[in-house]
Order: sequence, then C-alpha cells, then structure tokens
Amino acid sequence: MEIPYTYKPRPDTGLYNAKVGIWLFLASEIMLFGALFSSYILLRVTSPAGEWPMVEKAWPHGLLNIPIGTFNTAVLITSSVTVVLAWAALKMNQFGKFRIYMVITLLCAFGFLGIKSFEYNEKFTHYELRLKNGQVHTGHIEVNGKHAGFWDFGSIYNLERLGKEQVKEISFTADPAKPKPGEKHAEGASHEHKKMTVKVEEISKLDAFILRNHTFFAIYFVVTALHGLHVLGGALVLGYFAFPGAKFWKKNPEQFTNRIEVAGLFWHFVDLVWIFLFPVVYLL
Amino acid sequence: MASTSSHTAASYGVTHDDHHHHEPGFFQKYIFSTDHKVIGIQYGLSSLAFLFFGFLLMMAMRWQLAYPGKAIPVFGALFEKVLGTDMAQGGVMQADLYNSFGAMHGTIMVFLAIVPLAFGAFGNYVTPLQIGAPDMAFPRLNMASFHLYFLGGVVMLGSFFIPGGAAKSGWTSYSPLATLADPVNVIDGQTLWLVGMVLLITSSLLGAVNFITTIIQLRARGMTWMRLPFFVWAQFVTAFLLLLAFPPLEAAGLMQLADNVLGTSFFLPTGLVTSAGQVPVSGGGSPLLWQHLFWFLAHPEVYVLILPAMGVVSEIIANNTRKPLWGYKSMVYAAMSIGFLSFIVWAHHMYLTGMGTKVATFFQTTTMMISIPSVIILTALFISLWGGSIRFNTPMLFAVSFLPMFGIGGLTGLPLGFNASDIYLHDSYYVIGHFHYVVAPGTIFGLFAGIYYWFPKMTGRYMSETLGKIHFWGSLLGMNLVFTPMFIQGMKGMSRRMSDGGATYFGADDIALTLNKSITHAAVLLAVFQLPFIYNFFASIRNGRKAESDNPWGATTLDWATPTPPPHGNFLTEPVVYHGPYEYSAPGAKQGFVAQDRKS
Ligand code: HEM
Ligand SMILES: [Cu+2]
Repeated sequence: MEIPYTYKPRPDTGLYNAKVGIWLFLASEIMLFGALFSSYILLRVTSPAGEWPMVEKAWPHGLLNIPIGTFNTAVLITSSVTVVLAWAALKMNQFGKFRIYMVITLLCAFGFLGIKSFEYNEKFTHYELRLKNGQVHTGHIEVNGKHAGFWDFGSIYNLERLGKEQVKEISFTADPAKPKPGEKHAEGASHEHKKMTVKVEEISKLDAFILRNHTFFAIYFVVTALHGLHVLGGALVLGYFAFPGAKFWKKNPEQFTNRIEVAGLFWHFVDLVWIFLFPVVYLL
Repeated sequence: MASTSSHTAASYGVTHDDHHHHEPGFFQKYIFSTDHKVIGIQYGLSSLAFLFFGFLLMMAMRWQLAYPGKAIPVFGALFEKVLGTDMAQGGVMQADLYNSFGAMHGTIMVFLAIVPLAFGAFGNYVTPLQIGAPDMAFPRLNMASFHLYFLGGVVMLGSFFIPGGAAKSGWTSYSPLATLADPVNVIDGQTLWLVGMVLLITSSLLGAVNFITTIIQLRARGMTWMRLPFFVWAQFVTAFLLLLAFPPLEAAGLMQLADNVLGTSFFLPTGLVTSAGQVPVSGGGSPLLWQHLFWFLAHPEVYVLILPAMGVVSEIIANNTRKPLWGYKSMVYAAMSIGFLSFIVWAHHMYLTGMGTKVATFFQTTTMMISIPSVIILTALFISLWGGSIRFNTPMLFAVSFLPMFGIGGLTGLPLGFNASDIYLHDSYYVIGHFHYVVAPGTIFGLFAGIYYWFPKMTGRYMSETLGKIHFWGSLLGMNLVFTPMFIQGMKGMSRRMSDGGATYFGADDIALTLNKSITHAAVLLAVFQLPFIYNFFASIRNGRKAESDNPWGATTLDWATPTPPPHGNFLTEPVVYHGPYEYSAPGAKQGFVAQDRKS
C-alpha cells in the first residue's frame, strides 16, 4: 500500500497531508512566539524603575530605528504578496511568471535580512556610558584609537574588559541631543558630534546595546533573531523550490503547486510574526 | 480480506519487502529506515535502555539516602574514576553528584524514557496499524524525529563527562539556581541540558505534527472517529498536548540558554546576591517567568505520561474481558476534556510562590475539575471488568493493576491540588510518592502490559507467561514497598531535596530515617524482579512460543489484521472498516467477536 493523499485532497477533510501538517506546525509556532511575546510583556511590566535612566520610565524606549523597521515591514509584506502571486501563476500554468515572483520574494527576504544585520550592527557599536558623577550618555567609543568593524564582536567592551586590558582612557562620541517634540532644532547647536576623552576610573558602567546590557535588549535580540532564523529558513526553502527543486514541476505539477502553497503559508506566518513584532517592540 | 485469517506472513507467500526489488542494506533498514514499525522499535529499544539507565542513577541515590556517607558498593569506585574525586571521593556520593543524578534521573525518565516509549514506540508502531494506514503521513519526518531524539539523548548523557558534571538543578531547572549552580564553567551541565532539551522538544514537535496528520488523514475507509480504538484517541490527545505545550518550554529554554551563555538576565532579578557576592548581571528579570513557562509545559506533560498508558490498558482490558469497553464515548470525551483542562492548571505547582488567594483559588478549582475526567476514564475501565470472564494473562495482570495504582496516584494528588494542604505537603516526599504512583506502577505497568501484548505481533512469538508472572508479582510488591512509605515520610515533613536523606536535618525523626533504609531495600527487590523481564524480552525474540496466528489474542482491531510481523506497507489489501472497535461477545458472532474489518 502507498501513502494516500500526499497531494490529492482527502474527500472528507478536503485537505492533502502536507496542508494539515503545516497548519499544525504553525499552531506550535504560534505557541512559541506567543510565549516570547508573553515574556516580553511580563518583563516590561515588572521591570524595576530606575533601571534605564535615559528615559523616565523603567523600560527603554526610542532606541530602535523606526524608519528602518517600517521599511523592513513593507519589504516583508511585499514578499508575502509576491509569494501568493507565484503560487497563482503556477495554478494558471505560467511557470515563467512563477519564477519571476519567486525571485522577487527571495530578494525581499534577503533584503530584509541584510537591513536587519545593519540594524544589529548599529546596536553592537552603540554604547551606554554612565559616569560615577551620575551623568549618562549614549554614543560611540574608540578604544586605543580603534573603531569597531561590522559585526565585530571582538571589539565590544565593557568596564570589566577595560580593566582586564588595563585601558586607562577611551574616547567617546556622544549622540546628538534629540530635539524634544515641538521644539525646533536650534541653528548650528549640538549638531556636530563632540568627541571627548573619558577616564576609565570615572566610569561606573559601560556596555554596548547588546543582550547582557538590559532585559529589553535581551528580549529584543532573542525574538528578532529567532524571527530572522525563520526568515532565513523560509528563504532557503523557497529558494530550493524556485531553482533546484523546480524540476519537480515537470513530473507532478499539482504536487509542486501544493508545495509552493505550503511553503507560502509558512512565509505568511513569518510575515505575520513581524507584523506583531514591529509595533510591540519598536513602537509601543 | 478475511479478517480472522489464521496465517502468518510466510503463508501469504509474500516476502516482507515485496514493494522493493532490491534488499536495502543494514543502515537503510535499521538506522535510516522510514518505516514506522522500525522507527517504533528504534524508539522502544532506546527508551528501554534509558529507562534502565535512569533506574541505575536512582539506585545510586537510594544507597546514599539509606547509608549517607558510606561508599557505594561496586559502583562507587567506578564513579570516582569516571566522574572524578569531586563527585565521588572514596566512592562516597558527594552532594554535587547526588544533585546531578537527581536532575538527570528526572529528566531521563520523563523525556528520554517514558514519553519516547509511550508515544514514540507504541504510538509509532501501533497507531498506523490500528487506523489501517500503510505508514505515517510523513515517513522521513518520522525518521528525523527519532534522530533528533537520539541526538538529544547523546547530549544529555555526554553532559556527565564535561568539567563540572551534568545539570544539578532538578528536572525543573528553576532559575536562578540553574544559571548560578556552576559559576566556573560557561559550557556547563546546564547548558548541555538546555541544548539537549531543545533537540528533544523539536523531536516531539515533529512527532506530534506527524501523528495528528496521520490520524486525521490516513484513517482507512469506514474508520470514522467513533470507530477509532481508544488507544488512538489517547495518542491523538497526547500529540495535541505535545504540539501546543512544548513550544513555550522551547522559548524558555532558549532564554535560559542566553542567561547561561550570553549573560542576559531573563530569569535573574535585580540585586541578586550569592555567597560569592553580587551577581554581575544587569538584573531586571523574573524567576517566576521561568516557573510559569516550565509548568505550562510540564503539567500537560504529566498527561502525556499517562494518556498513552490509559490507551494501552483499555485495549488490553477490552480484549481480555471479551466485552466492549463500558462507556467508550464518555472515555473519548473525557480524554478530550483532560487535554483541554490540562492547559489551565499549571500553577498548582507554584502555590508557594505567593501568587495570592484569588489566583490560587482559580488554579485549585481547575485542578479539581481535571480530576473529574480522569475519574471517568478510570471508572469506565473498572466497570468494563464487571461480569467479564476475564483471561488473566500477563498483559492483563499489568493492565488491571494499572487501575488501582493510578487510582492511588490520582487520589493522593487531591490534597496537593488544594492550596491549603499543599502549602504543607509541597516539596516533600509526599509529592514524590504521588507522582511516582502515577508514573511508575501506573504508566510503566501500562507500558509493560503493552510490551507483553504486542510482542507476538512484532516478533511472531509470545513472551514467557511464567517469567511474565514472576515479573508482575515481584514488581507489584516492589513498587508498593518503595512508594507507600514516601507518603509517610512526606507527611512527617521530610523534604524531597536533601542529599543525605535528612540525616542531618534537625526535625527528622527516626521513623522517616528508618523508612529510608526499607525503601532502598525494596528498590533492590524491585530491581531483582526486573531481571526475568530483561531475560524474557531478549530470549523470546528467538525462542518464545510461536504465536498460533496473526491474531493470537482474538482481537477486533486492525493491528491484528496484518501479517506477522507486518510487512512494509502493513496491509496486503486496503482494509475497509465496518464495525466499532470493541465488538466482543457480539451475539451471533462466530468466534465470539467481530473484527473491525469483517464485512456484514
Ligand atoms: C488526577 C489528579 C491529579 C492531581 C489533582 C494532581 C495534583 C498535583 C499537584 C497539585 C502537584 C504539585 C505538588 C507540589 O509540588 O506541591 C502535583 C505534582 C506532580 N504530579 Fe500530579 N496530579 C494529578 C495527577 C497526575 C498525573 C496523572 C500525573 C502524571 C503521570 C502526575 C504527575 C505529577 C508530577 C510529575 C508531579 C511533580 C512535579 C515536580 O514537582 O517535580 N499527576 N500533582
Ligand atoms: Cu500538575
């Protein structure tokens, strides 16, 4: 006996096997991201006050790059549309069109990841500096005259490491002061970045915007990285079907179309997670 | 096809691989097989090995509880050599070793032994047969599940041998202890525990997707929902529990992994201080968050442990009383209610965290509600025995004794479910007694029953009845002598987490301490009575009495309508179902029962 309903729908359920499978899998994914979202809420609600002095509230806000996030949202939504168009093209037996839409989808996917990695890099090189006299700054550092490179984990410093390497002073470029809402940017004022030299002995805390710095960054990186892995996984699957796996179209067009449908459902899910993630983590 | 045929595979004149013209090689046949039966047997053998290993860990701990500070006979020297003097100086179990054996005993028993045996082995082997399917819906995914499980097991076992030893913070891995228990090594036992868990969870998730799809999509023609054997229903609900409860633990596992390796503070509060001073982390996390996420999985998990055993027991009871199950439909609805309710009771493990009376009352109420469907299933099975002319073969003995044993476990759960009494009993040996009654003489007896029952289908031979009965009576005695005294110890206030069994505990009294010794002796007795089983299991594969037919127990379900052992693809012709699952003693039926695929 062969396994039935591998691509023909079963009459009483109206579904083929893989479609049942993907819906179940997505149910478990909802529980996975649901747990992370719940954790985000709980961590934020119970976050002790005074933890993050740059803002009045206990939870950091406004540290993520909203324009980039918005752009990435648009990228993912576009890809969600094109993946449907790819599937529809197969349904209409237009393989050429299918391939074009798949390529656009893939470009969006890798575009998203590329933009995200720039955004990550921005965080890896951005520092919170607290001085013993109570001042707090954010900005960029140079240690021994060296900048950090792209995804250069080796040059992430904190106070402990500065001590270990017996660094005596660092240079620090503070971020430009943000104008308060409604306030006009004063002409010429505080627009250029001021470089200053800071003695290590005056520092009470120094750390990049990375996971260990604050639970906000911890949950931000864990959720977005897990989402990023989903994007990558989905892109690999779609890429496989668009190129090496596309041979199967000749053998069994109906089953091939189903595969695109299933991969597409997963892709929509990945998109949907971002659509929740973006407002919760960036905007609220 | 004739459903009650009394032929074995050879007499059909087919070889087992009649689809394949070439003989698959050893690796393809036994390691990279996609056949659900081979995978079931792979799961079965690995999980039995883990069961044995977990048992040995516990025996070493039992020695330490009975004779604290004395060198462990035979194994003590081995532990010192293999695990280092820090762990077993002079063959004496040190507190660290006790803690890591305790954590790994629990982890191995739950995630590597019982669940893989109940769900992975029985579920894989029997479910497709009982619904009349040629295989699971996604055979390659099935293989991947097994490989992930195996890899998870290897990681868990490997963690014993790294610097600092295996995880030491209990199978529940509470933070912040789990993160701080080994301040020296970054890649410590706990880290490997988490990596292992992520692998095991992924394996279970893939398995769950596969099981549910198979049951929904691959039921044979005529196999309507209410004609499914109760075993299949039990597996179906179990799969849903795994599917929806495990991901939150996976999320929690990733976060704890970040706490351990990347220095985050998901579960570490602000101002955390240990004997080594202030812990250098950002703080701001919540230890309670871990507990919530863990128990959100782990309460459904306890039903994952019990439901498959209930399924096995139901099959065997119907078969050996030669009567339909009493209240089959209410059992099905009860199983579904258990599935639903088990998602909203988790905080009954956390009454002592100061959750406030309103929340405690909610979880107390749901906990009492979930005992109702459990009692319905138990009652239905008891009533099924009524008036039957019962065949007391070995599978039936184990199946019947499951009922009172699970009963004791369930009833002793009620005082734990009530907030007021749990505040006293929490974290005492009473809790240990409670859940072991459900899982050990409960679930494990159910699974033993299943092994004796399906053995003739898997191998074409029976296991020895004489050895089986020795195994049964010895185990029944041993189990009760081990676990009953724990209720007394618990009610006397003995904590479950002391590495010397309470010898140095100010409030310990003589009775509790004497019981430590008697329990250990009973555990040795229990161990001795497993030897006949181990011998019986391996010897019967080749030398057991031959099964007279493909359906030696005279069963109604489709698993017995296959050749023995079932070939690749299972059925020789597509089965069609005309009857309910348990038409035993049907009036006018020739052999006293009507198989599900019998026409008319
Ligand atoms: C049917 C009624 C049941 C009730 C009312 C019940 C209630 C409870 C409660 C309240 C606890 C927490 C005790 C504490 O830590 O203070 C507990 C622990 C436990 N129960 Fe049950 N239970 C029931 C059935 C089961 C079943 C069927 C199983 C699994 C096969 C099970 C397995 C466990 C386990 C493993 C623990 C201990 C977890 C740990 O702390 O390590 N229980 N039970
Ligand atoms: Cu529970």
